[in-house]
Parts: sequence; C-alpha cells; structure tokens
Amino acid sequence: MSKMSSKPGLRTGPEEKVQDGMLERRHAVKTLLGDTSDILIVTGLAGAKDDVLAAAGDVPNAYTLSGAMGAATAMGLGLALAQPKKRVFVVTGEGELLMNVGTLATVGVLNPPNLSIVCVDNERYGETGWQESHTGRGVDMAKMAEGGCIPNVRTVTKESELKDAGQMLRESNGTSFVLVKVAPTDAPSIHRSRDASWHKGRFREALLGSN
Amino acid sequence: MADAPAWQDQLYDLLRQENITQFSYVPDAGHRILINRSIADPDVHSVSVTTEEEGVALQAGAHLGGARSVLLMQSSGVGNCVNFFSLIQHGRFPFLTFVSMRGDFGEGNPWQFAMGQATQPVLEASGITCVRVDSPEDVIPTAKAACTMAYQSEQAVAVLLTQKLLGAKAFSTGGA
Repeated sequence: MSKMSSKPGLRTGPEEKVQDGMLERRHAVKTLLGDTSDILIVTGLAGAKDDVLAAAGDVPNAYTLSGAMGAATAMGLGLALAQPKKRVFVVTGEGELLMNVGTLATVGVLNPPNLSIVCVDNERYGETGWQESHTGRGVDMAKMAEGGCIPNVRTVTKESELKDAGQMLRESNGTSFVLVKVAPTDAPSIHRSRDASWHKGRFREALLGSN
Repeated sequence: MADAPAWQDQLYDLLRQENITQFSYVPDAGHRILINRSIADPDVHSVSVTTEEEGVALQAGAHLGGARSVLLMQSSGVGNCVNFFSLIQHGRFPFLTFVSMRGDFGEGNPWQFAMGQATQPVLEASGITCVRVDSPEDVIPTAKAACTMAYQSEQAVAVLLTQKLLGAKAFSTGGA
C-alpha cells in the first residue's frame, strides 16, 4: 500500500531547543498577556494552563482547567458576558480549540468587546506524546476565527509582532483573537491545586467579594 | 404552528424573576417560546451555541462572574454534553437545564429512541439530578423547585419536559 498523504508526520518527542525564527511559548504568552492584575483569565488544560501560571502565578483571577477539553472558550464567553466591565482573556492550545472550533462562531456572532482569545499553537499534542496536530498539517486556526466572524484576528510568528498583538488583545473594541505560533518545546509543568471547586471559590471571592 | 400553551410564557417570566441573564440553546421547537423571548428581551444574552456542550461551559463561566445562565436543549443534546458535565460535577458549579424530550411517549421517529431513552441515565451518571414534568400544571412549580436547587443549593439539575407534556412531533411515514 502506498503511503497515504493524509497521515501525520511521526513525532517522538519535543524539540530540545527553540529554533531560530520561532517563539518560545512562555515568553510569548507572558508578553501577550502583559499586566495580569486587572484582567480575568480562563485557560485550557495542559501547556496553556502552565503558560498562564508561569506568566501570572497561581492567582485568584486565573481559572485553569485540567480537564473538560474544549471548554475554555465557552467558559470565557460566559464570564465575559457576566462581567462586561472586565477584560477576559482565554488562553488555550490549538488542540483544545480544535475540539470545539464551533465556539468561535458562537463567540463571533455575539462579538463581546471584552473577550480576548489567545491560541497557543505548537502544532503538537504535547501532553500525550507530541503527536503532530492538524495545524502542523496545514490547518489554520486564525482563518477559522475569521470564518467565525471574530473581527480582530492576528497571527504572530515573530518577536516583533508580540507587542502590537498584546495591545490589540488589551484594547480592541470587539472580540480579538491571536494565534501565536510557538516552538514545540517541553516547558515544565507547574503544580497548582487541581481542585476545581476550590479555585471557583477563590476566583469568586476575589472578583465578587464572596463565593 | 399552533398557539403555544400558556406555561411557556409563564416559564420565561419565572426564569427572568430568578435573575437568569444568559439563555443558551441549539434551536429546538420544544423551547421555541423561551428562545424567542430571550431574543426579544434586551436585558438578557441570547446565546445560540453550535453544540450544547458550549452551554454547559457557558454556565460555569457565568457563575464565575456572578451571573445566572440556563441551557435549553433537546434530549439528543444531552449526549453532546457528557465530558463537559465533569466541569460541573468536579467544580461543584450550579447548573440548570431544561430538556425537551424525544424518544419517549408517542415518538414516531425511531432514530430518537437511543438517545431519548439514555437521556436520564446519562444525566444521572454525570451527577445531575433529574425532575420530570408530564403535565402543564406541574411546569411552573417544578421549575421553581429546580431554580431553588440550582441557584440556592448550587446543585446540577435537569428539568425533563416529556412528550406527554409537549406532545410527540407528528411524522408522516416519509418524514425526517
């Protein structure tokens, strides 16, 4: 049988180093988020969760998932609608976003002005053995966001583009979406409590004054 | 389409009295009045989701932000939600859904039975308390009880609006 072109490239692990011309994920996410003290954050699981913990610390205003893969963007939408005066960031990996790509359409037609989505795209399912994801094979999440009617969409591949993209996420009057392409390095996992109910209470106490 | 029974408007009024400000749904004939009232109501967010599980995550996010949200879905949509129910159960988020049943009393489309008959077991296996409504006079008292369970006691509750209540959708032998 001839090799099927639809098969992914075989990957056996992460890259040891960030290659020239690629962004390092921790640095990229930290730069895009900027000052995290005045924003609310919902993250997807695995690498995206660790990027935010590295950038912001284990803080009450960041709700980090370790399951329910695909939920982060819709959860951020519910929060953004509930808190229109706060800027809400969703930080999610491309694997998670692919699981529920329709949410981009749900968000796009509502276009909440205070919702900002960062898709950290390393083109791998890093948590499960570094298998190549669809984005390493031509799928473009920024085009999906544009196709979902999200008005402010940008792809970031270079250091020089991070600052402007961060400003767009912070200031745009309409939902914004940044696809940041990062090197598939194995940034170490960061420990925090995985008690989702405890995190919920901490988040609500900090934001609302009581749980 | 026939006039909607009075309980549908009364149910919307009740949900608004309960301060629900986010209505999410995949369009469904059984919830037509609730959906249309939420679209017409300038004081609520009417969130047309592409799949029902988004409405589960939306409720968790709403609760983080101090708002109340409700998911309106057909029984087939329950099957789309299952993994996201882990967020509700593990996070002990309040959760309220109204489920218009298919695949039960008088169903004429055999495709509806598998998920319709699995709906309540799947919800209960996911930690969600189910209350069934078979008659119009029970809708409002049951909905009030469900709101108290969800928003005061922070439980996960599904109100199943059965085909005895809604009436089975009419199918000709060539339909759907």
